[in-house]
Amino acid sequence: MVHLASPREFYAFSLRWSRRIGFVTAILMLVGLYLGLFVAPPDYQQGDSYRIMFVHVPSAWMSLFVYSILAGAGAVALIWRVKVAEVVAAASAPIGAAFTALALATGSIWGKPMWGTFWVWDARLTSELVLLFLYLGYMALDAAIEDRRTASRAAAILALVGVVDLPIIHYSVEWWNTLHQGPTVTKLGAPSIHPSMLAPLLLMALAFTGYYLCLMLVRARCELLTRERGTAWVQEIAAADGAPHP
Amino acid sequence: MSRRPGLWRACLGLIRRDLLCVSRHRAEAANPLLFFAMVATIFPIALGPDPKALAAIGPGAIWASALLSTLLSLEGMFRPDLEDGSIEQLLLCPHPLPVLVLAKVCAHWLATGLPLLLLAPLLALQFGLTMESTTTLLLSLVLGTPALSLLGAVGVALTVGLRGAGLLLALLLLPLYVPILIFATGAGGAVQRGLAPGAHLNMLTALLVLALTLAPIAAAAALRVRG
Repeated sequence: MVHLASPREFYAFSLRWSRRIGFVTAILMLVGLYLGLFVAPPDYQQGDSYRIMFVHVPSAWMSLFVYSILAGAGAVALIWRVKVAEVVAAASAPIGAAFTALALATGSIWGKPMWGTFWVWDARLTSELVLLFLYLGYMALDAAIEDRRTASRAAAILALVGVVDLPIIHYSVEWWNTLHQGPTVTKLGAPSIHPSMLAPLLLMALAFTGYYLCLMLVRARCELLTRERGTAWVQEIAAADGAPHP
Repeated sequence: MSRRPGLWRACLGLIRRDLLCVSRHRAEAANPLLFFAMVATIFPIALGPDPKALAAIGPGAIWASALLSTLLSLEGMFRPDLEDGSIEQLLLCPHPLPVLVLAKVCAHWLATGLPLLLLAPLLALQFGLTMESTTTLLLSLVLGTPALSLLGAVGVALTVGLRGAGLLLALLLLPLYVPILIFATGAGGAVQRGLAPGAHLNMLTALLVLALTLAPIAAAAALRVRG
């Protein structure tokens, strides 16, 4: 793991693994979608419209997962000043924001037939919306500072503050107002979701994670090339590609 | 070395200096307060003068106004220091930076938060709040506005000196302010429903203690990164 902290090694790692992960992700997603859309039985109450959950739930999970990556990579970048961690955080933020937006969009599409309205000021919706704002604030700060390294480290501090505040936001909002259905997968004891629905859900969750990893590696690779464009190893790559010497 | 002022004296000196700077620019210092009063006046104008409705939204409206006014005044915490270079002296100072940041936040709150508190009862009167509601509102402001200043210090330290820093600051801070706003206005809502506001105020105090412990450290780290 430690050798990945070297930008050059990380670049090679990313080249090797992004394509493999992407391949596995495509298979997982196809199988998951097939099982979810065609094999899983309709819900006894919600009919077929519950099927949007196979996209909604994984993206909601990913929205939190990616934020924790943002904070974790930020902490590594701040404490050990690892360049690669800065790049990983910078590459992850827009993907996490997209997952959050997707979770909100699919949630409100599902909410229209189920709750009769696109939007309610329910606790989980509200905290997901606040999470989206946190992502957007993070990206705005990252974009506002000219020097890339300073920007990454400033944004890392914001992510750490956000990760402390996030549970507080979640529970304060929950106290404030809740309408969302309770968790059905992580409930202690037996989950109250049938295996025929659980299997595609978990497959989709894996596929979403793979999708994030693949995309993050590609984005991080580009970001790394831009940031390290002055170094010898990047110029070697550029020369091998036949690019003119800068 | 022997003449170096102790930490306590350094902090007091910092607070005194900041308050002196504020007292030299009185008109500038009064602006957030005016803004507070004006935003609070906008609510009745926008939502209609029905006394019952106004009493219901009063605590929330006054809190939203206080939050916006704090947001506007925050930039003053570090920007003058950045412009005249004294922020570098702060960074070079042998005393722990988080404690010095805490002193700066104290000075900021004394200059902006305390006047808000003094003006709030007048606004409560405009909204026709009962005596009990007003007391709870004041208590929640006493506990909440220092937390706003503390979290705000982190935001200002991250954005000070950037282009469009004011708007960026609002984007960074508003989501982080959500819990403070919820518990502060929750206390007001509880009183109006005839319940005790104690639980909300306790949570607000917990938030304040948490902010008091962690925010100066984060703000100091941010100043070092930006410095």
